Amino acid sequence: MEQIYDFIYNLLPYFGAWLRGLLQGWGFPEWAVALTIGLIKAFLLANFGLIGFAILTYVERKIVARFQDRLGPNLAGPYGILQPVADGIKLLTKEDTMPVGADRWVYNLAPLIIATCALAPLVVIPFGPGAIGADLNIGVLYALAVGAGALVGVLMAGWGSNNKYALLGAFRAVAQLISYEIPSVLSVVVVVMVAGTMSTVGIVLAQDIPYLFVLPLAALVFLMSGVAEVGRTPFDLLEAESEIVAGFHIEYSGMKFALVFLGEFVHALVVSALFAVLFLGGWRGPWLPPYLWTLIKMSLGIFLFFWLRATLPRIRIDQMLNLNWKFLTPLMILNLIGVALVDKGLRAAGATTGLWAVGMFAFNMAMLIGALALPGYLGHRARMAAMAPASEEEGEALEAAAAH
Amino acid sequence: MLQGYAVVGLYLLMSFALLGATLLLWWLLRPKKPNPLKLETYECGVQTVGDAWVQFRAQYYIFALIFVLFDVEAVFLFPWAVAYNQLGLYAVIEMALFLLLLLGGLLYAWRKGALEWV
Repeated sequence: MEQIYDFIYNLLPYFGAWLRGLLQGWGFPEWAVALTIGLIKAFLLANFGLIGFAILTYVERKIVARFQDRLGPNLAGPYGILQPVADGIKLLTKEDTMPVGADRWVYNLAPLIIATCALAPLVVIPFGPGAIGADLNIGVLYALAVGAGALVGVLMAGWGSNNKYALLGAFRAVAQLISYEIPSVLSVVVVVMVAGTMSTVGIVLAQDIPYLFVLPLAALVFLMSGVAEVGRTPFDLLEAESEIVAGFHIEYSGMKFALVFLGEFVHALVVSALFAVLFLGGWRGPWLPPYLWTLIKMSLGIFLFFWLRATLPRIRIDQMLNLNWKFLTPLMILNLIGVALVDKGLRAAGATTGLWAVGMFAFNMAMLIGALALPGYLGHRARMAAMAPASEEEGEALEAAAAH
Repeated sequence: MLQGYAVVGLYLLMSFALLGATLLLWWLLRPKKPNPLKLETYECGVQTVGDAWVQFRAQYYIFALIFVLFDVEAVFLFPWAVAYNQLGLYAVIEMALFLLLLLGGLLYAWRKGALEWV
């Protein structure tokens, strides 16, 4: 019993050790062993992304359907679980329609770049102790940098299609994605500062208390800007169906369309994986094996994305940019300074870990409540000021009417 | 460490190859019957007028400029954040001053109306 539990718990490290032993037993030299293991890791990770995409399309449709009191896909297989397969076959047999005016190379390369850049950060996501593609010492920075590369693909898609809707969508996408990069980076900096390392494994190991409870403000802002960066509702301006039809991927059909969508879904997967690693304690948790914990925490983030999509309407582009530049960015800069000072202060006062976490939590919550109360107060005052002269004019008009 | 980057490179190549393979499979399976109507640029029911490659608003340019400013700031922040635990109060206050200067810059851009979407 004990042995079976141990085997299931440490499945991934055992598999790695077994593979290494097997290859060395075959008399492979050291570099060939490393190369083969690297190839197998790369293959497994890429397929994790691709299969994750297939499952997510089904799960999203099912969950959103439930929110809207529908059944969702239910014909292909039991409970419709074969729907992704049916979709895949349909997309594989669709004709390729490239508009005549399109820039051939740019147009055809864009989906590949979007999908590859979306898949790229998966390599630094740890699935358990020792179960990671590559434990880079700049892991978080790598994930942020490569994830932003999809933006180039989006701009290429919009520009290469030679379609006005596509171009508008691409411009919106660039304005939105680069804007929300900033609060996202600033919230990651806070985590890196407290953990003292940029390695994803290091950050997970540093979280004796999940950072969600130590830095709730950074977690909230990271999640919000993550939703905006993926371009999902309420920030799906870049593909607003009712205004610019589908935005940058309007001219794509068949598998190229599928690759663009793969980019979006895998990006959502990566953002929730990063959220799990940075704020929810990654693979750490009681009883269950580490890889299951990672998957559970990832699905929490994903479910939140679907929930938001089913609940919120789309916001306007000026509101979106205002929220970022006039609210989130100043807030995160102040939060960074505040967390640095409070952390130094608490450590100088010799607080224990528990006390330190409580202090940080209290500071973050105070910051959050203050940040929410201030715009509310200012907006209220502006509305009152706008209302006051209007009522005066009305009063004058009434008096004039009475005089006649 | 270098081995880690090798795995990253392998992974990028592998995902590019797998995605390329799906495109190749699609190329093999898909019907190929183009006609001029199918290959028109999409527009809501009418013929497209003119090219899409036109001059666009300078507004995007201003947002891009502010973004570059803050992204460069992030480059400075990451090394500082990694070394934060070993730093004294002096370095923390110095970085706070740097950030406040940037915040001042943001407020200036705000006052100048660079952040208004018109």
